Amino acid sequence: MRYAMAIDTKKCVGCSDCVVACQTENEVPIGYCRDWIVEVTDGTYPELELEIRSERCNHCDNSPCVRCCPTGASHYSDGGSVLVTHNKCIGCGACVSSCPYDARYSHPKGYVDKCTFCNHRVKKGQQPACVSVCPTRCMYFGDLEDPNSEVSKIMKLRKYKTLAPEAGTKPQVFYLI
Amino acid sequence: MKEEIIVSGRMNLNIDPVLHIWHWQIPLYLFLGGLAAGIMFFAALYTIQGKEKQYQTAVKWSMFLVPIFIVLGLLMLLLDLKHKLYFWQLYTVIRLQSPMSWGAWTLMIVTPIALLWCLMYIRDLLDLWKGKFKLTNGLIEFAYKKLDRYKWIDTFIAFLYKYRKVMAWLMIFYAVILGIYTGILLSAFNARPLWNTSILGPLFMVSGFSTAAALIMWMSKDYNEKKAFGRIDLILIATEVFFIIHMFMGFLASTEVQIEAARLFLGGEFTAVFWVFVVGIGLVIPALLESLKLYGFKIPVFLPAFMILLGGLMFRFIMVEAGQVTRYLY
Amino acid sequence: MKTNRRDFIKISSAGVAVAAITPPLVKWASASAKSNSEISEDGLRRTPTYCEVCFWKCAGWVYTDENNNIKKIIGHEDDPHCNGRLCPRGTGGVGMYSDEDRLKKPMIRTNVRGKQEFKEVSWDEALDYVAEKMQKIKRKYGPECVALFNHGTGGKQFSHMLNAYGSANVSAPSYGQCRGPREVGFVGTFGESIGSPEPCDIRDTKCLVLIGSHLGENMHNGPVQEMAEAIDRGASIITVDPRFSTAASKSKFWLPIKPATDNALLLAWIHVLIYEGWFDKEFVEKYTYGFEDLKKHVKNMTPEWAYGITTIKPDVIRKTAKEMFNASPSVIIHPGRHATWYGDDTQRSRLMAMLNALLGSWGQRGGFYKPEKVKVPSFPHPDYPKPTKSWRDAFPDKYKLAGLALSNAMCEATIPTVERECSFRAWIVYGTNLIKTLPDRKTTLKAIQSLDLIVVIDTMPAEITGYADVIFPECTYLERYDFVRASQHRDPYLALRMPAVPPKYDSKPGWWIAKELGLKLGLEEYFKYESIEEVLDWQLKEAGSSLEEMKKLGVKKYDRKYDDLFFTEGLPEMIFNTPTGKIELYSNQFAAAGYDPLPNYTKHMEPPQGFYRLIYGRAPMHTFGRTANNENLTDLMDENSCWINPRVANEWGLKNDQYIWLKNQDDVVSTFPIKVRVTERIRWDSIYMVHGFGHNNKKMTRAHGKGASDSELITRVIVDPIMGGTGMRGNFVTFLVNDPKKEVVS
Repeated sequence: MRYAMAIDTKKCVGCSDCVVACQTENEVPIGYCRDWIVEVTDGTYPELELEIRSERCNHCDNSPCVRCCPTGASHYSDGGSVLVTHNKCIGCGACVSSCPYDARYSHPKGYVDKCTFCNHRVKKGQQPACVSVCPTRCMYFGDLEDPNSEVSKIMKLRKYKTLAPEAGTKPQVFYLI
Repeated sequence: MKEEIIVSGRMNLNIDPVLHIWHWQIPLYLFLGGLAAGIMFFAALYTIQGKEKQYQTAVKWSMFLVPIFIVLGLLMLLLDLKHKLYFWQLYTVIRLQSPMSWGAWTLMIVTPIALLWCLMYIRDLLDLWKGKFKLTNGLIEFAYKKLDRYKWIDTFIAFLYKYRKVMAWLMIFYAVILGIYTGILLSAFNARPLWNTSILGPLFMVSGFSTAAALIMWMSKDYNEKKAFGRIDLILIATEVFFIIHMFMGFLASTEVQIEAARLFLGGEFTAVFWVFVVGIGLVIPALLESLKLYGFKIPVFLPAFMILLGGLMFRFIMVEAGQVTRYLY
Repeated sequence: MKTNRRDFIKISSAGVAVAAITPPLVKWASASAKSNSEISEDGLRRTPTYCEVCFWKCAGWVYTDENNNIKKIIGHEDDPHCNGRLCPRGTGGVGMYSDEDRLKKPMIRTNVRGKQEFKEVSWDEALDYVAEKMQKIKRKYGPECVALFNHGTGGKQFSHMLNAYGSANVSAPSYGQCRGPREVGFVGTFGESIGSPEPCDIRDTKCLVLIGSHLGENMHNGPVQEMAEAIDRGASIITVDPRFSTAASKSKFWLPIKPATDNALLLAWIHVLIYEGWFDKEFVEKYTYGFEDLKKHVKNMTPEWAYGITTIKPDVIRKTAKEMFNASPSVIIHPGRHATWYGDDTQRSRLMAMLNALLGSWGQRGGFYKPEKVKVPSFPHPDYPKPTKSWRDAFPDKYKLAGLALSNAMCEATIPTVERECSFRAWIVYGTNLIKTLPDRKTTLKAIQSLDLIVVIDTMPAEITGYADVIFPECTYLERYDFVRASQHRDPYLALRMPAVPPKYDSKPGWWIAKELGLKLGLEEYFKYESIEEVLDWQLKEAGSSLEEMKKLGVKKYDRKYDDLFFTEGLPEMIFNTPTGKIELYSNQFAAAGYDPLPNYTKHMEPPQGFYRLIYGRAPMHTFGRTANNENLTDLMDENSCWINPRVANEWGLKNDQYIWLKNQDDVVSTFPIKVRVTERIRWDSIYMVHGFGHNNKKMTRAHGKGASDSELITRVIVDPIMGGTGMRGNFVTFLVNDPKKEVVS
């Protein structure tokens, strides 16, 4: 089982609903966020292109954060998603420094926090909060190893890319372009 | 024009606008770690070579500082932790792929070795300080009493002394690991392009040894020892300069993010501090002063020593801070 | 009787120390909140509601824990407005409830030692004060001299009260300041207005044409969802916008039009469609009137002519026209929503309606569907007294085609003049921050100063509360009942709003305030119920449901009763509600009222040297200024920025994230500075900023001083003579790099 997420940049309007939903679902403290929206504008008026991406932890296959965690608090869990065991985390910040996507942050309670692919929801058969709230339905989540999952099906139909592939982390969040 | 911005108001504390998850505690720890590693290295080296009598400061007196440095360093690390109550989790696992785990365990092994080494020479220290300072007289009396009372300590010390060469080999091995680890710790974070260079390990090790040599030189009362360490420092500084030049050459020949990282030091915000404090005051000028000494000029010993120590400290501060500024995205 | 000069007073914190721990004493709310609760899997209580953060009113479920903390709000899966997914503001509605800056207790303006302050009073005292003043006005001037400005679901309670009191002068700023022109434009063509939500079948369309509409940034939940669906199906989008909006970035054709020249483009399109034969001949033949007049009218309005005006190349105009025709009849020239731009907006809406008629999209799948809504009868009450005066009497020959009341006109009719025999003496303002809503702030403030009474009912302090005489704190939509939502859509639906938690502090629901005020005014006959639950239950039972059922369902779907969603077989016989019974390309209604029956292009003022046109818009994470203090939403965006083209930025030496002040053509300077965003997405003759920031009220701790207010810079208002809409895009600004307050005035 390999959980992955595919986000359709052609449909995303950058409304940030995913950010608010994540905040209310996961009780992320105000001032912090687990996901964010990036807008990339390229060109000169009026020859312009705009790409909007909803970014978060990529739950990488070769994640540097799991590798450099001294206590094993950062670990691989169901479907390869990367989770943090709060009472094993000492707050050393090694994982924060090692993430090329700057996806982690230091929670005020002391441990390091980030997107968990809403593990508590996925275990119950639901979708992550961001995926289930997105008004344009541009986010797909599921098991890449299951050919019938939404993610597998959409990725067969479209071109996609990942962020900073040169960092060698093998991220599992794919952007449909 | 390419415009790439975050529009959902992300401003995570210590992450945005630039990463600043490690503050002054970590560079200070790295400095103390390098210093401790260097001292242990030289103590072990000269013990193995049988030159304890010649290099008393290196072998004996400077080693007494090592436990203090290590404890201070560990304290810095503890202060830096954001989930302090769980620090003990570090010692429940050994994670070979995590340099931080290495560091935690290395320190765990090195501390008792250093303490045993200090115990080995405790009588020498007590003899040296007997009657010297009013403040310590009481303690010294107490220590003598305990030593006389518990005869097994002396037996133990003799035992240690007999096998001091074994201890020295262990110590030299772990000193090198400790020295190199301070650099590898940073270079394991490939997400920070400035640190993503394998030369950082050797560079930090050499820098640590050079600061240790400077400290020993400063502390020493023996002319020959001073001279020897002055020369050692010269060699180490030359190596350091070579490594630094190599590092920048590596960056400039590497990927875009590394070139950008190098630019921080070649016209960017860290240019002045780095070249003036680290290279100028920390390396070049002390080297010049040492060379002048070789030619017979009288230079007060504290000057180059202090500059090297300052340079070493600044080097670590700058590397930790600048490294966090460099990034892959946005 | 001359009233004291009314100052803008910031609600002082001294009096507003009501403990948040004040237990809710109103048992009706708490009783119902507990009795019909469903417990969801995570142990949370679930109650239905429909959102009030914007006008879209998406139905949703509110999840509350046992300590009455609202944990999250999720969209109702059966509601066609949201299809189970709320927008960021709906999801962030929890912030509205938990906002500690909320209005907490009724307040009355007093003059203490020469200084004007608010003092906290009991509900009785505040209601008595208002009732007494209103009776005085009724006796002296007549009840029609009390006006209600309303923007929110609870407003209906107040308009009921006001009608019973004897005045029908109720206006919503959303008409004259927003969608008014398109309603009149479409009524003049099709004989019916567009309404809310717009009956556009975006999800099945093949071509969506947006004239200035920035779907995706304005986050109209339903249309944005449908637009995404349309993109999935390969529909093409044509966006006409001087700015590279999000919708423009997803368009097959983006027409970077010169601002204020849209009518020329639309006329050129009509020319191309007619003269190339690219129109639905059967539809036009059967349903329209005035085709030959139109054809003659646009004879010289060629794409080449339009090119000189709009800077859109002629071949692009032709290509896009062909694209529209190829998709016909599944094509939508979207009516947009905020249409009050340059004062000729009704005519522009007419052109858009005419284009839809030529392409035959009315009543077609992928075009405009026939919406239907549930008829919910009003709770029985005696007939309202017939008012003898209306706001229209103040404007005898103006705005003849305005279908609803105009807030700007009512504002103007408040300032006493010699020509008018009477003017408004009291305002009741419900849920709208008139200071920022009405452009031409000077007139608004002058009007407020001449009032005998101004009552503000709102949930949050805002600029308007600073000018109020009496403030009634309303509880948020999460803590109250309101009338059921019976809006138009593909199928008729009903949605219930019920409180999830009891009202916080000493706030009360709108229906309670309106009823208590009504009782104090002696209007018991119109309020013959104890609580609103009685009313809702009666209404729902009349509509074939019940309060009990709706509390469980949240949303109920009804079957269509009147006609089909689309024309199913060919084009049936139809009579449109126009003078000729046909779709009037040549509008007899307009001609009869003395306005141009066929729209023309008029040149509008251009920015003087060194000035740039002020273009404003929306951000998906905020609803105008209403959410500027919501902590969940300020976390996303807490200030607006001024979009400046890099060429302009270069000229002025402006850098990203620098703060500047804006000065408009009438020398009005923005109170607060605004951050610069250097971006290629805006034209070099304009600047763009999101509306709703730059709040001046210190009581809004998160919103005060953040960003700049575009509404204070909109001083030049171009009023549409046809229906009175206030065109706001005729303002130009220049940049001030240094703090104007620090500059020495010589």
